[in-house]
Amino acid sequence: MTTDSLPLATQAGALPARGGLGLKPEHFRTVLETNPDLGFFEVHAENYMVDGGPFHHYLERIRSRYPLSIHGVGLSIGGEEAFDASHLDRLALLLERYQPQSFSEHLAWSSHGDVFLNDLLPMPYDAATLNRVCRHIDQVQNRLKRRMLLENPATYVEFARSTMAETDFITEVIRRTGCGLLLDVNNVYVSCVNHARDPYAVIDGLPLAVTGEIHLAGFARDTDAAGDELLIDSHGSPVAEAVWALYRYALESTGPVATLIERDNDIPAFEVLLAETQHAEGLLHATRKGVPA
Amino acid sequence: MSQQTPFAEALLDPHHAYPPGLTTWNGSDPARRFAVYRNNVIVGLVDALADTFTVTQELVGETFFRAMARVFAYANPPSSRVLAFYGEDFPAFIESFPPAAGVPYLADVARLEFLRVHAYHAADVAAVPTQEIAAVLADEAILPDLNLAIRPSLGVLASTSAVVSLWAAHQRVGDISAVSPEVPETALVLRDGLDVEVMQIPQAAGVFVAALMRGEPLGAAMASAQAVDAEFDPSLPLGLMVQKGGITALEGPKYSSPRRRPGPSSLNFLDSGVRRNDESAKDQCFPLYSLRRTS
Repeated sequence: MTTDSLPLATQAGALPARGGLGLKPEHFRTVLETNPDLGFFEVHAENYMVDGGPFHHYLERIRSRYPLSIHGVGLSIGGEEAFDASHLDRLALLLERYQPQSFSEHLAWSSHGDVFLNDLLPMPYDAATLNRVCRHIDQVQNRLKRRMLLENPATYVEFARSTMAETDFITEVIRRTGCGLLLDVNNVYVSCVNHARDPYAVIDGLPLAVTGEIHLAGFARDTDAAGDELLIDSHGSPVAEAVWALYRYALESTGPVATLIERDNDIPAFEVLLAETQHAEGLLHATRKGVPA
Repeated sequence: MSQQTPFAEALLDPHHAYPPGLTTWNGSDPARRFAVYRNNVIVGLVDALADTFTVTQELVGETFFRAMARVFAYANPPSSRVLAFYGEDFPAFIESFPPAAGVPYLADVARLEFLRVHAYHAADVAAVPTQEIAAVLADEAILPDLNLAIRPSLGVLASTSAVVSLWAAHQRVGDISAVSPEVPETALVLRDGLDVEVMQIPQAAGVFVAALMRGEPLGAAMASAQAVDAEFDPSLPLGLMVQKGGITALEGPKYSSPRRRPGPSSLNFLDSGVRRNDESAKDQCFPLYSLRRTS
């Protein structure tokens, strides 16, 4: 199967199969002044839900030069309560303005009651959660009039109520809603270490044919109460070698897919992130050569 | 039955037990793992406050600031998913936070910092050209009833402390040892292009600008300012606002702007592009007020 037959790759306006970088305010000027050779930029939707000022000034200019991915962190797709329609409206306005090649969100919840909890929280994988998540994704895709990508989570606990493996849960959500997969390879690795799973088997268990984007990031190391390793999805360090290896493995199945380097903490000089992105792009191109035309 | 209510409650109370129903592959105590989420939530909120209130943090030190921010965040978690404006109530909290009582100016410095964040992200609205304003202000008959729409990025803070000098000293543009914190100062905050500026203005000028922002016509705003200072001269704050593009519309029973500008709405963050007219700035027709007057 060539990549051209993949649903997302044929969708008009998909992200290019290149390396991309999370756009940080500290790098706005560098990007405009140096025009770095990057495939795309990604921004967190909620950071740009402001009326005006420098964030929009710079994003407009950067968007005019690069493809864009808008990545939501506040929709709370896994939330038990009714969807926040006003947040969805703000999101629709943002997408209308910037016409991003991709919109993605997380398999998680982040709001409850009147409170925004500012974290990506875990859920039991059962029929009730499945129905809820699918209903919310349907709402998102109908309101935004576009297909979204759903990101697999990094988690630290599991639930006694879960009746499905995470891979089966995600596969079923994607089958029912028609959304695509944002494969976060770091999240796969972190969750597998944290729950003693085989990360290669998890990659194999995900519906990789609908991968629209890959995320790579760094993690921090901690230990749990038994002294076993507990990895934290910190986005505060370079991509680990084990994650690069897992990425190379995933690329064999996905073919070349837009790949983002995420860095949200301890942000280094722009050149450091650019080099990491170029490394990902090198691996992507190597895959491209291996895929029959 | 909600599974997320006990989860959320445990996240927001560090003394709460972890929620029921959690498991771990190795049978280890889930409390340790749940603590990762608890830590993510509170550290994320404290970091958001630290991003906004940088000088406030410098004034009391990181340890004190983060401890104070933690107490605030647990009691006042955000309701909005847009964290840029988280902490609007933080200054009032600081004011009533007994351990901070020894730093009476801290709350107002925090208020100034919040005004700066507000200004940074405020809607971009085109200014009325200087020539148009000059022509209108020359016609004394229409002045008292004239309403001035003020750029959304503009804010005024009247403080009983030397809030501008304290803030400026922490931008390495002033000498902290030369600041007398108990001297009252009024701050004018606005964004000019991409840069947020903080200026000290006389108290009466602050009263005047605040009255205009509330929608009072020029005559009423004048009267409010003159109640504070009988010598008040509106040409100073008006000149400053014209120079900085702070007036976005003129409207009155005897005057209607030839170029109507729609006001910003809360969802109007798609409005883009500050259209500054540099020629009009050169054509300044008001006396330029000294931005750094010392009291």
